[in-house]
Amino acid sequence: MLRVSTMAARLAVSRWRAAPSAAGRGPLLSCRRWSGDKADTVYDVVVSGGGLVGAAMACALGYDIHFHDKKILLLEAGPKKVWEKLPETYSNRVSSISPGSATLLSSFGAWDHICNMRYRAFRRMQVWDACSEALIMFDKDNLDDMGYIVENDVIMCALTKQLEAVSDRVTVLYRSKAVSYTWPYPFTMADSSPWVHITLGDGSTLQTKLLIGADGHNSGVRQAAGIQNVSWNYDQSAVVATLHLSEATENNVAWQRFLPSGPIALLPLSDTLSSLVWSTSHEHAAELVGMDEEKFVDTINSAFWSDANHTDFIDSASTVLQSVVGFLRPTKVSARQLPPSVARVDARSRVLFPLGLGHAAEYVRPRLALIGDAAHRVHPLAGQGVNMGFGDVSSLVHHLSAAAFNGKDLGSMSHLTGYETDRQRHNTALLAATDLLKRLYSTSAAPLVLLRTWGLQATNAVSPLKEQIMAFASK
Amino acid sequence: MWFKSCRMTFACLNRMKIYRYPWRRLYSTSQTTVDNSEIKTFLALAHRWWDEQGVYAPLHSMNDLRVPFIRDNLLKTVAHHQSGKPLSGMKILDVGCGGGLLSEPLGRLGASVIGIDPVDENIKIAQHHKSFDPVLDKRIEYRACSLEEIVEETAETCDAVVASEVVEHVIDLETFIQCCCQVLKPGGSLFITTINKTQLSYALGIVFSEQIAGIVPKGTHTWEKFVSPEKLESILESMPSCAFTHCEILSRMVNSCQVITFRWCLVFKKNILNSCMSQSSCSHNSVPVNLIWNIGIVSIQGNGGSSKDFCK
Repeated sequence: MLRVSTMAARLAVSRWRAAPSAAGRGPLLSCRRWSGDKADTVYDVVVSGGGLVGAAMACALGYDIHFHDKKILLLEAGPKKVWEKLPETYSNRVSSISPGSATLLSSFGAWDHICNMRYRAFRRMQVWDACSEALIMFDKDNLDDMGYIVENDVIMCALTKQLEAVSDRVTVLYRSKAVSYTWPYPFTMADSSPWVHITLGDGSTLQTKLLIGADGHNSGVRQAAGIQNVSWNYDQSAVVATLHLSEATENNVAWQRFLPSGPIALLPLSDTLSSLVWSTSHEHAAELVGMDEEKFVDTINSAFWSDANHTDFIDSASTVLQSVVGFLRPTKVSARQLPPSVARVDARSRVLFPLGLGHAAEYVRPRLALIGDAAHRVHPLAGQGVNMGFGDVSSLVHHLSAAAFNGKDLGSMSHLTGYETDRQRHNTALLAATDLLKRLYSTSAAPLVLLRTWGLQATNAVSPLKEQIMAFASK
Repeated sequence: MWFKSCRMTFACLNRMKIYRYPWRRLYSTSQTTVDNSEIKTFLALAHRWWDEQGVYAPLHSMNDLRVPFIRDNLLKTVAHHQSGKPLSGMKILDVGCGGGLLSEPLGRLGASVIGIDPVDENIKIAQHHKSFDPVLDKRIEYRACSLEEIVEETAETCDAVVASEVVEHVIDLETFIQCCCQVLKPGGSLFITTINKTQLSYALGIVFSEQIAGIVPKGTHTWEKFVSPEKLESILESMPSCAFTHCEILSRMVNSCQVITFRWCLVFKKNILNSCMSQSSCSHNSVPVNLIWNIGIVSIQGNGGSSKDFCK
């Protein structure tokens, strides 16, 4: 119904406007007429940006049955990353892969490579507050895996292997960066090329029927198209590191504690290793990266274990609600557990990077689609960043595959707006929720602490609500 | 029966200054299927074919319905197909192709398409549009000519003939259908989509679409020339050379909301029409006929082929 009325409104506006421009969209920048020769090759799809999401997009299209006749190109500015064999030290950049993303990766065979390398499944997630006893425990009743912690390098290696296997359909250009783009006019006028033209750093040009921008939160494609981007920087940086635990444990729980300065998370990598993601103020982050190893380890342990931020008022208030919950649902009272203690940190594995939020006002234009961080950028507290990107890939491949099987022009807005509607609905909700949580947990003011304490306890007690949250985050 | 010219006709009510577009009759026959005045309307709108939000928006969005319909029914006639190019190896004739709106999707699905239209300008636009795509350029061929000229050289060579949104612009329907049948290989398929002739189609198709909402330019359609499924059935039955058996009637309903938003959808209603079975000696030609109609569209998939002896 929403789509019908949006379509109707859009068509109505376009009919009443003098110019036949795409209704409601911003002005097309750099709409120069292409006066060059008609090239021999017109690519069906060019994916700009060979990161996790861009490579997954190229892979998914390459393995799609309705794309067997099509030409796909992946542009990556960096060099090809090849491994002779899996390195022994774990990388400090890891991602939490949801079951939905794992399904996408297995649909084109990349998940098998990941399984042959390394990954860690986790079955439970405990999220708790530093200012109170409130906690929420997520787990699946049937002991299924809730998600997987995989190093980004491992995912990238798996994707590269699968791209190599389908190299007759997907061409990958490494060390190639697009320098400028020329967009087509809304419909073919005399002698103007209807395709998108991309000029590379070495001066060569490409033509494509559909350009997919997967080039990160500072997307050059998005800027060249003039798409507005709502964004702000959080006053936070994330510190990542690889940690050695004091003793080997089953290590299949993901831990996250909300400190007033920001959330700290411990993600399992193996029986003895975990990955740290600590979002905190810029100054504190710099301090953490600079301090010596022992002090760093002590800081982490006390961040997880210390109750210094508790106040009596909040403690008694939360006990009250807890007893009410215990009365109503006696089986559902979960005691707070403590994460494993940390013994050492891997040398040179401490790195920091700044955090921010971003959301593109439009995900699509004629012959253009944005996916991944180019379309949306989120705080890592919910572990959803790359999963949203993989969700974009799933949705766009689904729409493009149907369009290809119907013989449609791949750059046509009719199916691209379908992708945009699907994903904007999902992503906007998740972005808003993540931002709200971040702000809610950034304070130690009593009223807000009380609100969030009771809120968390209540959510923990209501299983259907928890299941809904897990289902939404697993997509 | 003899055919001198089987050109398409297009009714016209417009106020275009006729002297701007002088039109000579190419054939000096007394009996013709082409209405000269219709051609002028389409000449005026020739440059708008590929504007997806313009006057031809309904036809663009109708592709979402007619391309899968043609594709799926053609795939039923083959045992295997290549993924990525499901219609590869098939030869399709698109009669009254206009700017190539239907020829291009069929070409993208792998078929070799010949698109014909009597309006030179339409063929020029179609040719220009496909020239940018090297793959389509090889697969599609456009000709500005009448159906009769094509009949001579392409008799019994096409796996499918598509006459989409054309028969309501033609004068001599029997001749037109006969020509279509001649072009088909034995066991080939005929696809016709047109507008049904009912009170509802007058209300929505003429009064609302043309005069009130302006979705379709005034004068594009004439209600008297609309074709009902019964009329088409009777024409098909009367063809001695093309035998049809086993009719399936599928109905597509278009309500006013969809007319505004150009969302066409298929509503199925199956009936078996025994009357469509004609007992003819061309039993090797007997094949399924699928009839689809709604207030907006009549669509027939008829398989038939004819030997020249019967049609002279």
